[in-house]
Amino acid sequence: MTAMTGSPTRMSAPARLGLHALLIFFSTIMLAPFGVMLVVSLIPNSAFLARDFSPANFSLNNYWRTFEVVPFSRYYFNSIVVSVSVTTLQILISSLAAFAFARLRFRGREAIFLFYLATLMIPFPVTLIPNFLIIKNLGWYDTYPALIVPGLFSVFSTFLLRQYYRGIPLDFDEAARMDGASSLRIWWQIIMPLSGPVLATLAIFVFQGVWNDFLWPLVVTTSEQMRTIPVGLAAFVGQYATAWDLLMAGSVIALLPVLVIYVIGQKWFVQGIALSGIGGR
Amino acid sequence: MTPHTASRRPFRWRPDQQWEGYLFILPSFLGFLIFIVLAVVMSLGISFSEWGLTGFKGFAGLTNYQQLMRDPVFWQAFWNTAFYIVTIVPLQLALGLIMAVGLNQAIRGVTIYRLIYFMPVVTTIVAGAIVFRLLLATNGPVNSLLASIYGVAGIPFSAPNWLGSSDFSKWSVVILTLWKNTGFTMVVYLAALQGVPKELYDAAHTDGASAWQRFRHVTLPLISPTTFFLFIFQMIGAFQLFSEPFVMTRGGPANSSLSVVQYIYLAAFRDIRMDKAAAMAWVLFVFIFAFTLFQNWTQKRWVHYESD
Repeated sequence: MTAMTGSPTRMSAPARLGLHALLIFFSTIMLAPFGVMLVVSLIPNSAFLARDFSPANFSLNNYWRTFEVVPFSRYYFNSIVVSVSVTTLQILISSLAAFAFARLRFRGREAIFLFYLATLMIPFPVTLIPNFLIIKNLGWYDTYPALIVPGLFSVFSTFLLRQYYRGIPLDFDEAARMDGASSLRIWWQIIMPLSGPVLATLAIFVFQGVWNDFLWPLVVTTSEQMRTIPVGLAAFVGQYATAWDLLMAGSVIALLPVLVIYVIGQKWFVQGIALSGIGGR
Repeated sequence: MTPHTASRRPFRWRPDQQWEGYLFILPSFLGFLIFIVLAVVMSLGISFSEWGLTGFKGFAGLTNYQQLMRDPVFWQAFWNTAFYIVTIVPLQLALGLIMAVGLNQAIRGVTIYRLIYFMPVVTTIVAGAIVFRLLLATNGPVNSLLASIYGVAGIPFSAPNWLGSSDFSKWSVVILTLWKNTGFTMVVYLAALQGVPKELYDAAHTDGASAWQRFRHVTLPLISPTTFFLFIFQMIGAFQLFSEPFVMTRGGPANSSLSVVQYIYLAAFRDIRMDKAAAMAWVLFVFIFAFTLFQNWTQKRWVHYESD
């Protein structure tokens, strides 16, 4: 992806300098909260309040204390279990359905798909309360299934994959069928391997959304053992409203994995956004 | 990604694919029926019922909706949300576009800048809200910075109480949301800008158009479908703001930053008024739907599609 396409003229040196100044100004604003977070997480609260940033104050103590006062490792474990299961299973379930919608012929196919699409407009708050009641009635309140199962069904993922699968020539399926391959086998051994990039992009997109999700886990969990990282962090603020040293250490711990994944997989993230743009049109 | 080859051949139902098709969509369809279709029907039913701690207590007709219309806190949340929409959406589009145009130039470091601008987007919003609680605290870094700027300029400075006064609490939420989401707008705009054909600029350049004229009459019309998409997308997002005020200001002081979704949450899970909360969710849905339809109707005037 080069950035040159839209600009016909090379800029003059002063103009380039001015542009860099502007872009660095924006960068500073975007990065400053992360910087403050990191610095305050490394010094005692008293030192921060006195604005005393002498090197002697810096240590990892806040991190150890954070792990002592809050079961962060448990939050972490929960977040990983939930994010990984939702991402994998949602993509498998959506992919199976998308394969049928795109490449199998059965009565009612178009009608069912249109029915799916019609629900894309419904905002989350509308289904929040009934889904909470459904979970309660199933006896799943404050359990992993409550955090995972409702997230497994995504009209958006199904739609996105169906669009992609429609672009793969049907001749592949025909040839495999001649050789006696079943539909399941065609899906798993031909279509899935052919959709590597779109699956990777979708996976990162879904993972990031589930990892950062706040409202749903807040509603369906109550015990400390079932909290995910965002819910645990929010409860932490409730208890330690101005213990900035601990709060910042907790925030750094919460952000680290997703930021690392982001920096490594930047390309996929950006493509994911482009995909969501296409999905949104 | 466009559907081309797949549906060319004559279409006929094959008996062997009939049951396979149903089997393949079965897991997805079951979940869809329960967590989307059933949920929507239930939600509508609850909004027309009396629904308390023990569940269904009887039909209530329009009572919940009427109560809502007479509830001053609902109207407060409603106008707060309106404030969020009219500030966040235009500011975010403008800032995102400025960043994207800046990055769409022949300069070094584009990848790094883009990486930085997009970082808040992947950040857990709760962590973001916590940092901004610190940044915007009365004795926090933002006020320290402002004080020193005012000091240099020689203007007397009284530190604003960002989170604790009804004058500023909504702006605090706006600032956090802009920091969090502008990078998203930037990335989508950048992709659109990179799709503008270079020949059009060359032609405009040859005709003597200035940089501003090229931007105004070539770029803006060509990326207007993206502007439209972002407008709708960000508007729907701003309608549903929850975590930002919930964590940063708790909706306060005196409900001055309470959002509609936050009030839905409080009604349902603090006041155990599921019925009122469901009614509120439907009012929200109707507003989102109406605004989207309205935008879709006005888009003819300002959105240019290539086929026109």
